[in-house]
Amino acid sequence: MDIKYYPGCTVKTSARNYEASAIAALRYLGVELSELEQWNCCGVVHTLSTDDLMKQLAPIRVLKHVEQCEEREEVVTLCDMCYNTLSQANRLVKDDPAKLKTVNTFMECDDSHGGYTGTVRVVHLLQVLRDTIGFQAIKKKVKYPLRGMKVFPYYGCMLLRPGEVGIDTPEDPTIIGDLMRALGAEVIDDPVKIECCGSHHTVGDRSIVFERIERIIGRARSKGAEAVVLSCPLCRFNLDTRQQEDRTIELPLPVFYYTQLMGVAFGLDEAVLGLNEHRIDPRPLLREIGYQKKGEYGRITT
Amino acid sequence: MIKITTRRPASDLVERVAELSGQSIFACYQCGTCSSGCPFIEAMDLHPHMVLRHLMFGMEDVLTSKTIWVCASCFMCAERCPRDIDMARIMEALRQVNLRENVDHIKISHMTEAELEGVPQIALVAHFRKNTG
Ligand code: SF4
Ligand code: SF4
Repeated sequence: MDIKYYPGCTVKTSARNYEASAIAALRYLGVELSELEQWNCCGVVHTLSTDDLMKQLAPIRVLKHVEQCEEREEVVTLCDMCYNTLSQANRLVKDDPAKLKTVNTFMECDDSHGGYTGTVRVVHLLQVLRDTIGFQAIKKKVKYPLRGMKVFPYYGCMLLRPGEVGIDTPEDPTIIGDLMRALGAEVIDDPVKIECCGSHHTVGDRSIVFERIERIIGRARSKGAEAVVLSCPLCRFNLDTRQQEDRTIELPLPVFYYTQLMGVAFGLDEAVLGLNEHRIDPRPLLREIGYQKKGEYGRITT
Repeated sequence: MIKITTRRPASDLVERVAELSGQSIFACYQCGTCSSGCPFIEAMDLHPHMVLRHLMFGMEDVLTSKTIWVCASCFMCAERCPRDIDMARIMEALRQVNLRENVDHIKISHMTEAELEGVPQIALVAHFRKNTG
């Protein structure tokens, strides 16, 4: 199977390990992730003003490229924010032909291709794993189950809300938890899993982010979690880098992308997974529960 | 004694916000669900349901409140409102009313290297989109 993905800016910079681990884990499952030949920043946040069509150009231009140039019906995203922005823009123009026409008229000078007609499906990689490949099939491919590892799946906002574009039940999502169970991990659950990490306040006012992560990490730890697993590069930054900077958190919890834990369970080379790129080193935890680096992970049996 | 009047609020802010947000402000029955679930309530001066109440009375203090900048558009309130009001859009409209006066809420040129260090692009772009016009 061959899948086209839209990386977005952050996956190409501070979240390169998310991209690398996703490509490696999917390849192991027999799926080739190949990058769109051309893409631009999606604009990160969906504009919420009714009259601000200008901000829909960036995401629609991406979708037009997928449809008209690469002739695909589906594009996969890794980043939750890209997923949300592309999906909401797509929904907006599908529901409003007049707006679509205006955007298309504006883009006419881009190239000789026709305008966007609204046929593309925007899909998050987690949906591919659940709906196309299936967690049962993934479970069968696990070489080294994450037995004994207590992970807290954290969802945040952009995968779930608004409900119209959410990939799972907004109040009680299980998609990452179900994947983790398929990998053999023990899942720690808490309603805080759907609360915002502080988002872009990480730039303007870190104290807001500290307050958020203290609550999230505090709840996860009090339930016995040993690690957080998530899918959004901004949540990763806040829950990893900012957590480490937060002096009130004595015992920081390491943070993984779900693709990195897939890689661990599949026995992929540690170097490919970029586990060393996180601020709170997650490798000691892996050693603690019995994994060690030998080119590939292997459970210590002695 | 409280006087009940049919006079419309002096300010046209409520119409402007209704238009920009596409939401019906007067549909709100002040249940407080939005405020009870808002993860940022600690950092706000007016709670989200209060923003709506003040708006209904045409009170322009909402425009200078901290709340509208603290709201991170997490959509928790929008998902839970029993009257199907998207508060995130109302907060955005109030930011826009300010930003369209050509006054940015942040000064990009004042940002320090330490502030920016290692910050992912998605955080930066989101921050600029929410705080500049
Ligand atoms: S949840 Fe909806 S109806 Fe209730 S106070 Fe908030 S905006 Fe009003
Ligand atoms: S969208 Fe804004 S007001 Fe609503 S819950 Fe989130 S931060 Fe609070």
